[in-house]
Amino acid sequence: MSKTIQIDPMTRIEGHLKVEIEVDKGKVTDARCCGEMFRGIEKILHGRNPVDANQITQRICGVCPASHAQASSLTLDSAFGVTPPDNGRLIRNLVLGSNYLQSHVLHFYHLAALDYVDITAILKYSGKDPELNRVKAWAQAELDSGKANPVAPFLPRYEGDYIADTDVNISAIAHYLKALEIRRKAQEMLAIFGGRMPHNVTIMPGGSSETVTVNKIAAYSSRLREIKDFVENVYIPDVLAVAGLYPQYFAIGQGCGNLLSYGVFEEDATGSEKLLPAGTYVNGEVKAFSESKLAEYVGHSRYSSGTGYHPSKGETEPDIYKDKAYSWLKAPRYDNSVVEVGPLARVGVAHLCGASETLSGMVNDTLAKFDAGVGALFSVLGRHAARALEAKIVADRCAEWVAQLQPGQPAHTKFEIPAEGQGIGLTEAPRGALGHWISIKDKKIDRYQCVVPTTWNGSPCDDTGAKGPMEQALIGTPIADVENPIEAGRVVRSFDPCIACAVHVITPDRKLVSEFRVV
Amino acid sequence: MSLSRREFLELMGCTASAAVIPGILHCAGIPGPVKQALAEELQRTQLPVIWIQGQSCAGCSVSTLNTVHPDIAEVLTETISLQFHPNVMAAAGDPAVEVLERAIAEQRGEFVLVVEGSIATAEGGAYCQSGERKEHPVTAEQWVRSLGEAAKAVLAIGTCASFGGIPAARPNVTGAKAVQDIIPQATIINIPGCPSHPDWVVGTVAHVVLYGLPELDEHRRPKMFFGKVVHEQCERRADFEDGRVAEDFGQQGCLYDLGCKGPDAHCDACIRGWNNNVNWCIRSGSPCIGCTEPGFPDFSGGGLYTKLPIERTYGIDWSGPNAPKPVVKS
Repeated sequence: MSKTIQIDPMTRIEGHLKVEIEVDKGKVTDARCCGEMFRGIEKILHGRNPVDANQITQRICGVCPASHAQASSLTLDSAFGVTPPDNGRLIRNLVLGSNYLQSHVLHFYHLAALDYVDITAILKYSGKDPELNRVKAWAQAELDSGKANPVAPFLPRYEGDYIADTDVNISAIAHYLKALEIRRKAQEMLAIFGGRMPHNVTIMPGGSSETVTVNKIAAYSSRLREIKDFVENVYIPDVLAVAGLYPQYFAIGQGCGNLLSYGVFEEDATGSEKLLPAGTYVNGEVKAFSESKLAEYVGHSRYSSGTGYHPSKGETEPDIYKDKAYSWLKAPRYDNSVVEVGPLARVGVAHLCGASETLSGMVNDTLAKFDAGVGALFSVLGRHAARALEAKIVADRCAEWVAQLQPGQPAHTKFEIPAEGQGIGLTEAPRGALGHWISIKDKKIDRYQCVVPTTWNGSPCDDTGAKGPMEQALIGTPIADVENPIEAGRVVRSFDPCIACAVHVITPDRKLVSEFRVV
Repeated sequence: MSLSRREFLELMGCTASAAVIPGILHCAGIPGPVKQALAEELQRTQLPVIWIQGQSCAGCSVSTLNTVHPDIAEVLTETISLQFHPNVMAAAGDPAVEVLERAIAEQRGEFVLVVEGSIATAEGGAYCQSGERKEHPVTAEQWVRSLGEAAKAVLAIGTCASFGGIPAARPNVTGAKAVQDIIPQATIINIPGCPSHPDWVVGTVAHVVLYGLPELDEHRRPKMFFGKVVHEQCERRADFEDGRVAEDFGQQGCLYDLGCKGPDAHCDACIRGWNNNVNWCIRSGSPCIGCTEPGFPDFSGGGLYTKLPIERTYGIDWSGPNAPKPVVKS
């Protein structure tokens, strides 16, 4: 007898997500992911000054606003016909790189780790570290006080197979605390060249409004050194430690097995060379990426508009009662295939197309530690490992970019807003492929479309009935206790979903009650 | 053993006792009754907080995590008891929803509700839902009404929760509203900013814990943070007075001609700085976008980079011989 379980709200992600799974004989047999928030950002953009898009699209997501600033700036660069000077391009990379670092560290320690680490182990701490003793005393006092929700926000939680070893747990708790400081410093790095974080003000068409000074270079480098050290000596070893304790997650959450990367971090003025290359891996074959093969399907999405359109021609007409539709996410597909985006896609594509010996060496060394083949990358642990390795690659390269900055040289090229124009900006957010498309009429925005990472990963069935990557990854996941579906949380969080990003998402549910009363 | 709060604080010898209690509790040799009193005081001083999100980008949560002194670990273990927060809490699904239901039923008047994001009201609030109750989805509007009614005070954090912000921008298809438009009768403090500054959030919470409600302006913003406009405190004020005007982004000089909202924006980020004071908007060469104001981001149709009309430039003396020429009508 199968049982349907809803996890609503799915927490420790960005935004409002409901996950519905059907469990039969201890395994997930069907899965649906529904976003539950809509703001209509693209409709808000219509009729505005094109430059406003640069600020407004950042508000799509406060976890990775820098990626929207980058996508929007690339879109406006192409529509306005401007090229940033080297300082401008480097500042954009440094801002984006800081954002990767803060996002990846936050994701592993503060969003994902609580699915593995037993936080209550702190009560058994017997060492002398003052901070851990403070936390222990706090947790004990909370439990002794008889108050409502003691040790919040760390309890309550799903019960499950948390790490049993006290020392491992305590070390993880110490790193959770340290990672709070590290992610804050990565945000400070971003603000040094971005003005502030979240929602930077310097990344704009033509480059950046920031002025390069030696003090800024030093302030950035100093923080970067500490963060690089944390990534190498704490973050990567911690991911490997979790993998050692939960090896079964190399075979759980495999997903669709196809990858897409737009490529990210421009290495020259034309943007043709990137640190992490564009490319696809579909049906076991690595191929070059072609923007014309993108299309969004709405066969099972609540839209009456046409299906299979390229994003530059996309329409968004809601239809609450559409037959067979169960989601307000559209289903973007590449060349008609379901593809996964994110760190696994970027690292996977770079590795499989042999873009970098350093990167492939890191991937192979990691797989060798677990006696695993390249297929093991397609898994919960594969995603965490790819994210951690990517953090190191980005941190290392940031150290080189910051050294290339030239104090006294311009970072911005003056732009004129054209009366008419089209623009496109493709980049990669920490969570995956991000594209913006604009068309300008009478110097105002006529159309603005965003296709964001979680629309790819969290998409519903397309017109052929093929399920989205996250849904496919959930199917087959073993669930030990339907009252505590902790395993499903591990699979979903490995994708680092961001529902605020999924701009198209709405769920006006027919079951909605008109009045909410508390008994 | 029973001590009044005053007696207790005198015993502790400081008014910031909340910060040292957890450490003392850990010390050996403290008699049981004192320990008990300490534990009770801890419970009293750690303000129970329930933090929910409407139409938000989570940017104000991310920003609050950036607090430096105190850092966020200190805030969570020594200042507040964060009972619900979608991005950080361990619980998901039903156990998470139960925290909210218990607060409404059993913690009436005991907790502070924090709302981040605007509240969707079109289509019965269906554009923003979180959690289910008896198999029915619950809208953010319903949560704000029922939790807001039970809370002792409500903090609307960020410009979306304070004034509607980006989701309420024209054409506002989701009927996005500010918290104060949903539950006007509640005790509400608005802490706008897109995002809000961590010092404003932590400072307001500390003020509520130690001294009660702070003094508010006509938009319910704490005057201690939002009492002056950016232009009054701007490091480029001398450029304005002397007529040195930037003609492009990244240039030195006053940014009025590039659409700076400094004369209209109530905010102290210009002296406080962002992110551990490493930078702030105008220092980084970009005009203030007025993100703490009720008019953000529409500004009566002008948008973010259109020159402010003179009637929006409060108290500015334009008569200086070199001052930029103001726009008389937008």
